Amino acid sequence: MSVRHAMLALLSEGPKYGLQLREEFEARTGEVWPLNVGQVYTTLQRLERDGLAESGEDDGEGPQKAFRITAAGERELARWLRLPPDLSSPPRDELVMKVLIALHVPSADVHVVIQAHRRYLVELMQQWTRIKEDDAGSDLNMSLAVDAELFRLDSVVRWLDAAEARIRRAAASGAPLSAAPRSPVRAPLPRHRREARTQR
Amino acid sequence: MNMLELRQVSKSYGQGSAGVQALREVSLTAGEGTMIAVMGPSGSGKSTLLTIAGTLEMPTSGEVLIAGRSIARTSRAGRALLRRRLIGYVFQDFNLLPGLTAAENVSLPLELDGMAGRKARAAALTALDWLGLAGRAAHYPDQMSGGERQRVAIARAMVGDRRLLLADEPSGALDSVNAEAVMRLMHDACKNAGMTAVIVTHDAQLACWADRVVFLRDGQVTDQTAPAPGPESLLTPDRDQ
Repeated sequence: MSVRHAMLALLSEGPKYGLQLREEFEARTGEVWPLNVGQVYTTLQRLERDGLAESGEDDGEGPQKAFRITAAGERELARWLRLPPDLSSPPRDELVMKVLIALHVPSADVHVVIQAHRRYLVELMQQWTRIKEDDAGSDLNMSLAVDAELFRLDSVVRWLDAAEARIRRAAASGAPLSAAPRSPVRAPLPRHRREARTQR
Repeated sequence: MNMLELRQVSKSYGQGSAGVQALREVSLTAGEGTMIAVMGPSGSGKSTLLTIAGTLEMPTSGEVLIAGRSIARTSRAGRALLRRRLIGYVFQDFNLLPGLTAAENVSLPLELDGMAGRKARAAALTALDWLGLAGRAAHYPDQMSGGERQRVAIARAMVGDRRLLLADEPSGALDSVNAEAVMRLMHDACKNAGMTAVIVTHDAQLACWADRVVFLRDGQVTDQTAPAPGPESLLTPDRDQ
């Protein structure tokens, strides 16, 4: 989550004070990502240092100091909004590691391990759903932020379902659960990464 | 009172090596006003559980109680009466009669149960209104969207004095926004209209609308979620000032 760019987005609407920025940030993100005042002022100082935001002598002092976006800040915001986050490298996911390791620990039942994680994820999803329930869909920012979290958790549950089905199928067919170590195969880079490399 | 109770219910089809054990000693209770989701992969026994809970099939062993009444000690006619008056079903493919309007589809089970046409229609319009479909009462199923058709099916499942809603993948044929709307309606039916619902689904996002999620695997309940805490724990700000 780039607090820096979220601040730029809020400043693009007009000059704002630090406390005002924190309140608006939380409202826009459905209060899903709480932010402390210290983070806001540190971010504003860095934006000023980098020439992306500014405050003049007439803009007050301390909490009453107003900040505004610069032309460079506007350009940086536009660039960031269009830039896809780098999702091309698989993250070293702790849950995936645990399931892979459980497959080979003689005392561990991988299905029990999978179910423990599935239940935890579903319980977490129930809590997020309660937020939607209470809100009744009237707060669009909140609904979008909660949906994003639900889809993310749901994708992990689906992976657990698929992993369990695959492990069962492998066990039923008598296939070994571990393969002999091989020389690492490098996955092909997605197209946009290849292009980025070519341009360098 | 528990609206639905399954005690050590088992169900098998066929015998010997050709036999299939669809359910193994499943115990489940659903109190009034609660919504329960049953999750599990294909072949885990979800649909069998629902047909037994709906008295469409009898268990091989164990006991089923609906509104405190043992199904095994209820006659065939008594079970049919329970199905007509107390239990509503919602299916993935809506199962609406294409030649009847929304209001006629909803009032049909009441009329088949002997209620006068005018009274049945009034009850159907009330149910449709509750589901936000008052303006669609005279429309035929093919004049409505998938989401609207499923809402008509829910109205039909709730109409009259029905108290137990049994749904098999109720949003399987809908996009995510309509699927959520359907789950929200069933959730409201439990919280505001006192219905009890058991919903079978493989979709975690939909199951999460339930008060409790029960996990079924190879015909057995393997696990269930703890009562969900409120959302406060997710939103508690971690502020230093």
